[in-house]
Amino acid sequence: MSLENLYAQEIDDPTLIDEEEVRRTPFWDWDVAIDAFPSILEAFIKYTLLVTVLGTLIAAVLGLVIAVLILTLPKPLAWIVKWLANFIRMTPIVVQLIFVFWAFLGTIEPLTMGIIVFGVHYATYMSEVYRAGIESVPKGQWEATTALSMSPVRTWQKVVIPQALRSTVPSLGNYAISMFKDTPFLIVIGVAEMVTAASAYGAPLSRHTEVYTIAGLIFLAASYPTAVLVNRLEKRLAYAH
Amino acid sequence: MPTPTEAAGTQPSPAASSSADTPVIEFVDVEKRFGDNVVLKDLNFQVARGERVTLIGPSGSGKTTILRLVMTLEELSGGYIYIDGQPLTHEQRGGKRVPVSKKQQKALRTRIGMVFQQFNLFPNMTVLENITEAPIHVLGQTKAQAVQKAHSLLEQVGLPDKADAHPTSLSGGQQQRVAIARALAMDPEILLLDEVTSALDPEVVGDVLNILREVADTTNVTMLIVTHEMGFARDVSHKVMMFDGGRVVEEGHPEQIFTNPSHERTKKFLGAVLGH
Amino acid sequence: MEFFEDWPGYFQVLWNWSDRLLDGLWVTIQLSIYGGLLAFVIAVALGLMAGSPSLWLRAPARVLIEVFRGISLVVLLFWLMYILPLLWMYNPGLPFRGIVESTFLLGVFALGLNYGAYGAEAVRASLTTVPKGQWEATTALSMSWPHKIRRVIFPQAWALMIPSLTNLWVHLLKGSAIAYVIPLVSDFTAQLNQLRRPTDIWFSHAFIGLVIYFLLALVITVFMQALEARAKHKLGRGPSLREILSPAPKAVIPETSPAGQPQQKSTAGGER
Repeated sequence: MSLENLYAQEIDDPTLIDEEEVRRTPFWDWDVAIDAFPSILEAFIKYTLLVTVLGTLIAAVLGLVIAVLILTLPKPLAWIVKWLANFIRMTPIVVQLIFVFWAFLGTIEPLTMGIIVFGVHYATYMSEVYRAGIESVPKGQWEATTALSMSPVRTWQKVVIPQALRSTVPSLGNYAISMFKDTPFLIVIGVAEMVTAASAYGAPLSRHTEVYTIAGLIFLAASYPTAVLVNRLEKRLAYAH
Repeated sequence: MPTPTEAAGTQPSPAASSSADTPVIEFVDVEKRFGDNVVLKDLNFQVARGERVTLIGPSGSGKTTILRLVMTLEELSGGYIYIDGQPLTHEQRGGKRVPVSKKQQKALRTRIGMVFQQFNLFPNMTVLENITEAPIHVLGQTKAQAVQKAHSLLEQVGLPDKADAHPTSLSGGQQQRVAIARALAMDPEILLLDEVTSALDPEVVGDVLNILREVADTTNVTMLIVTHEMGFARDVSHKVMMFDGGRVVEEGHPEQIFTNPSHERTKKFLGAVLGH
Repeated sequence: MEFFEDWPGYFQVLWNWSDRLLDGLWVTIQLSIYGGLLAFVIAVALGLMAGSPSLWLRAPARVLIEVFRGISLVVLLFWLMYILPLLWMYNPGLPFRGIVESTFLLGVFALGLNYGAYGAEAVRASLTTVPKGQWEATTALSMSWPHKIRRVIFPQAWALMIPSLTNLWVHLLKGSAIAYVIPLVSDFTAQLNQLRRPTDIWFSHAFIGLVIYFLLALVITVFMQALEARAKHKLGRGPSLREILSPAPKAVIPETSPAGQPQQKSTAGGER
């Protein structure tokens, strides 16, 4: 297997498809669909969901660390952290994946790399959400902690962060959905997530309709209800305020 | 005036025959609910051509809702509204209450103009564009025609040099005068004034009311007015209707209502607003 | 790390390869601009449909929005690359076959449809934030729905939707890097991968690649901020672009006056 063209073995060149062959076969083949479904679903659970869940965890924790660093570090340092985060946020995950893949080839598993890259990338988004949440904590709360002579660490831990976190839950949900839909980018580092698995199944048979439709429907089936749920949560929180 | 029993069986108003004595606005058994909250119930009244009627009453009594129903900004929950004898939202056909065609509603709506409490000028247009937009694109007037009319209206409201200004650069009083010009540019038969001075600084209220007095004096436009300015109501209107709890408590000539109200509720309300 | 020993030589390689890199950069820029324009058109069309009072327009718009943003960009791209051309293969008589034969165009469509669906939500949401009084005034003036949207509501919603559209455009630029897997399209990421061979991964991907993508994203952001300032100025909020850009004494930003006092024309920087 040539690492140069990691993705190429999975992907057919669509311009090279034999038209005569296509016309002899049906547009949709139920046998292929039924046969392909288990392996696609397996890849979905083993890779796509795994990356999304662990990536979201990293984003949730690291994002908070970044936000607190930006708000508490001395000016020049905070500035560096802020622009580093901006830099990661405003550059493509695909390039970041390829970069990390080659930089750490042989030392880290591609799947682990994927989880870390997605986690860090979305942490930079979450840090903005946390920052807004922290800044929306009323001034009176800070003044109250001073009046009670609470230590800075305790102030953050017991007063500021708990209040800031509440309103950030829907955003975390939305970014988790975003990350979920970005997981097929892992195809560029050869992680066998759902779309890669779909390609791997369909390419040798020259069957594309079934595998990509199944993959798309699984994405829809998973992301739409989650989005509705997050939306409801958002509205509930908005009422509570 | 048709009684509710007549209305249930026959067409209460002779449709489409707008003679001089057809009321310009007619409410028949009008009902308006917001959810479970009944704002107007069994409301019947008529406004004659050229008549100026002021609606007074405590807030929440449904006065503004009446104007908004006439402007089709709210949906009618029950009953009928006729403009020049023609049904505005629903009509009776074969004993059933059916919605009128969109086309008819639009045609009737162009006869009605409204000035809002919050002015609602379009911030993305100049003063002149605010006034000429609808005459050109809704009534199909030529641009020259509309612009000429707009300038004379701006003259009338005392803002001849503000044609190219942006609404946000004007004071509240100036914005409201532009809004009046905008409504008049459509040559409405009916002008609805919804608390037009409530959002203004006290010192400019007089200017705006004077302009409206002049409109009342020089034109034959029918006016339906909701206001807390009792002096203005008294000067301008032919009839005052006192509302409470979605019903007309008392109606009559302004002189009579303001000096010698017969209903206890009216006395109390006027006492409160006039500070007696 | 080789990078720190060989970097002067890398710049020589970079110079030799600059043509190919610039070609790739140009492809990426084209994908972002054409994809962005298509996304904008789709966003406005679907957004207006989703915000219209007619169920016949609203329902199909909702379905299209949910499908195009619900399935991942990559899945959408593969649908367009592998499944859409089948239509022409089964029906050789169909016109416009050229569309599916250009993998570049298919990339543009994938980006446009996916981010256009996200944008439609932004457009619809911004229509609802235009004050209710503005909608009512248009009804009072008997304006038709297309008329009120075109002349009154959209121009005001425009200023509100620009920040979301900016984010989406940056997302689209970032998403365009997946064009790397499209056969026959050599975007900037694909060329970076070629540059990796004579240099190394730090130099090609981190030093050249990510920095250039970052700069492109900044260009988009600055451009859109200028658009936003212009849109706000047109609504009578905030200074004009010229006032912002003029180095002369800072123009006084005219606040909208809630109390309704007549505004003094700001004289600073007003040499129009």
